[in-house]
Formats: sequence, structure tokens, C-alpha cells
Amino acid sequence: MSLAHNIFNTSLGRKYLMALTGAGLFGFVVMHMLGNLTIFAGPAAINEYAANLHSLGPLLWVARLGLLAMVAIHIWAAVKLSAENKRARQVRYEGAVQPVDEDRKSEIVSRYASRTMIYSGLIIAAFAFYHLAHYTWKVPQINGVDADFEEFYVHEEDAGEEQVAFVTVLPEGKEGANGADVYRMVKTGFGVWWVSAFYVVAVGLLCVHLSHGLSAMFQSRGFKTKSTEKLINRFACTASWLLFIGYVSVPLGVLFGFVK
Amino acid sequence: MSGEAMNLTLRVWRQDDAEDAGRFETYNAPDISPDMSFLEMLDVVNEGIIADGGEPIAFDSDCREGICGTCSMVINGVAHGGQQGTTACQLHMRHFRDGDTITIEPWRATAFPVHRDLIVDRTSFERIQQAGGFISVRTGSVPDANATPVPKEDSDLAMDAAQCIGCGACVAACKNASAMLFVAAKVSHLSLMPQGQPERERRALAMVQQMDEEGFGNCTVTGSCEAVCPKEISLDFIARMNREYGRAILKSGCN
Repeated sequence: MSLAHNIFNTSLGRKYLMALTGAGLFGFVVMHMLGNLTIFAGPAAINEYAANLHSLGPLLWVARLGLLAMVAIHIWAAVKLSAENKRARQVRYEGAVQPVDEDRKSEIVSRYASRTMIYSGLIIAAFAFYHLAHYTWKVPQINGVDADFEEFYVHEEDAGEEQVAFVTVLPEGKEGANGADVYRMVKTGFGVWWVSAFYVVAVGLLCVHLSHGLSAMFQSRGFKTKSTEKLINRFACTASWLLFIGYVSVPLGVLFGFVK
Repeated sequence: MSGEAMNLTLRVWRQDDAEDAGRFETYNAPDISPDMSFLEMLDVVNEGIIADGGEPIAFDSDCREGICGTCSMVINGVAHGGQQGTTACQLHMRHFRDGDTITIEPWRATAFPVHRDLIVDRTSFERIQQAGGFISVRTGSVPDANATPVPKEDSDLAMDAAQCIGCGACVAACKNASAMLFVAAKVSHLSLMPQGQPERERRALAMVQQMDEEGFGNCTVTGSCEAVCPKEISLDFIARMNREYGRAILKSGCN
């Protein structure tokens, strides 16, 4: 039996893949949130951050392809594992849980987050696709405003009301290659209430997903013991809340005018 | 110390054979002593059914002292009936109240097909054991076995895992019908002992492979198995099995 067989074709191997890709995606989610928060430091900060990211060139593509591979493996393993789970238990119990010992029901009945990982995960994936179409591919039909984000550039000469920041000096005749005005895009994008609402719901689900996933990944890789369990669970809970607050602060900041 | 006799209503899963669709049937269980065990209560109900000319409720039992792992029934939605660290045969009727309705079902898992009524086929567990749950070194008789020194911590931990009686409650309780707590207990138990070292990697790989082939689900770390386990096997052992498996694939991958 080869290494690849033992990793890709067995239950425990796929749980490893879930845990490892999950950890990688968690890393991305943390970095992305930190990047987002630069918006509170003003237009120049976030536009400069975006320009720096884009200046990475081939490295950016390595990161993007890496993320894409992680997402693909994570979803593939999840779908396969949960199909096996469905097949393994096809009959539900009729009896409602009435434990003889008091206060035992909560232990016997699995936690909501752990029961709904596949659903929260698939909704998050759908949201991520929308989010990419919204801010990365800048599809004007789905942003809910009468504007094309593709045209939001940092202009050096346009010094009117619309201008929000300078981050790079324009080379001669290269206006199109100029840095995107991320600040104005985010502000316009989240100004649409339903876009922000979808965002908040999706981020909420992401954090529910992580509240279980961040703890389960330690179990799948065999690091969890009774003595570290409390710490791991607290980490999962704290990290999920911090991410939720960090992410949600951006659309709420836009809607309530904290982002000037 | 006997308390007041109770009158109970049972909703029991009846199924003639593996092909039968099965259905719930309701029985009265009058005059039940709180000192009876759950299985004794079923014996009494069965006497009544036989006296009325019916087929008694088929259920598995053997030692009736909580160590053989034969009794297997989901009582009110909880494997072995929701008293912590207790098999169905050791669950006593004093935990129920007069007038209660009790729902009794067999283990539900694709890998545990129902034979009849509350009896399921658990030979899938046997096949997992046969795949690697053994040692091949000769340990001799008792004095020889004791001649191999084992650190106290290891032997304690191995004993915790060896407590598993293979009853299948972990599978019954798991929303994914995963057998990982059982397999984890068996893998951990032998991997902790010096006598279990020769087959350590082979065992982890083979038992996991067999577990997958039997059609058990996967662990989503909900912890239900640990909550219902009559021997209180810890979820830690699943982490240990994951570690053992990781070690095994790395070692076998390098060969």
C-alpha cells in the first residue's frame, strides 16, 4: 500500500487532509482579516496594502493556486467523507434523547456546529465565489450599485471629490495599470445593505464552522488530549469570535459611517 | 429496599428477520420492580408475551454483569440507556418513573444490519479485530508475561483502552455510525504494550482499512461515542489512533 493510497483512500488519511487544508485556509482567513482592517487606517493604507500584494507578481499566483488547491482538497474530502457518513447511518432513532442521568443530554447530542459542518462549509464556498466575483473579478451586474469597480483606480490627476488616495506614481501612459482604488470599491460595495447582510451571515457561518473545525483539526492530527482539550477549545472559540468581529467591523463600519 | 412497583409502556422495534421492514409495537410492562435490571424487565415482559401466545422480543445478552458487551439496545434514543458508564444489563429500573413510556430500538448502522428485533450483526467488529487486533509474539504463561517490564503510565493507559468490550454503543450513538472509538481503543491498547510493537504499523493500517471496508462512517469529533461508552473510553484514544496512523503511513511510505 502506497503513501498516496493511505492518505487519499482511507478515512483517517482524508481526515488528515481536511485538517491540514483547514489549517492552511485558517491561516489565509487570518491574514485576509488583518489586511481588511487596514481600511480603518485610511484610504492610503489599504490601497498601499493592495498594491503591495499585487506587486508580488508570480508569488501571488503561487499563493492563489495553493489556496485553490487547498479549497479543492478540503471540499473533495468533505463531500466524500460526509457521503460515507450518510451511507453508514441511514436510519434515525425514533426515541427522543431522555437521559437517565441529569444534564447528560448536552453531552450525548452533538453540538450544532459539529453537526452542520458540511452545510456551513458549502454555504461559505458559495459565498466565497460571490465574494470573488464581487471584488476580484469585479462583475458589475452583481454589486448592486450603478458602478463598475473595474473603473475604480487611484488617479493621480483627478484631484476632485472622488479622489481618495495616491499610492503609486503613475508611469507615462500607463493609466490602466494603475493600482485599484480598493478603498472606494469596499466603501461602495458594502454601502449596499444586502451585500453587507450576506457578508455578515457568511462570516457568521464561517466562524461557526471554525468554532468546531479549529478544535477538531487537532483531534484529526492526533494532538488533542484531555489535558490540552480545554486550551484547544478555548483557542477555537476565541479565534472564531475575533475573526467574526474583525470581519464584520468592515461592512458595519461602512454602513454606519465609521469608514470615512 | 424494594420500592413501589411501576407500570410502564414499552415501544419496541420488532423485525422478523433481516429482510423484514420492521415496525414499532407497544407493550405494557405492569408491576415492574425498581430493583430489576432493564433486561430482567424485558424478561418479565417476554414471559407475558409468551403466555399470550406471541413471539418474545429477541435481544442479545450474555454475562449480565456489564463486562461482555453483548447487550445492545438504544433506550430512549441513547445507547445503553443514558446512565453514564453503564451497559443496558446494568441499568436498573429504579432510574425510571411509574407511567414512563420507553422506546427501545436496535443499534442503527449500515455495518450492523438488524438480524431480528433488537439483535444486530456485529461481525464487522470481529473482522476489524481479525485484521490486526492481535499480537504474534508468544507471551508465555502468567509469570513470563509479568517478566516483561511495562512502565506504570503505559500499562494504566493501555488498561483504559483495553476496557473496551466491543459492544458497539459508540457506533450506535455516532451520527455517522463511526467505529473509530472502538478501533482507536484496540489500536491504542496494543501499541502501548511492548508485546504489541512488532505489528504496530501494520496493525494501525490494517484495522483502519478494514474499518473503512465495513462501511462505518468517519469521526467528526462530536463526542457522542465517549458520552455513551459503558466503559468510558476517552476520545483521546481517537487522537492517539490518528497519531498511530500518521506514524504508520510515514514509516510504511519510507519502506
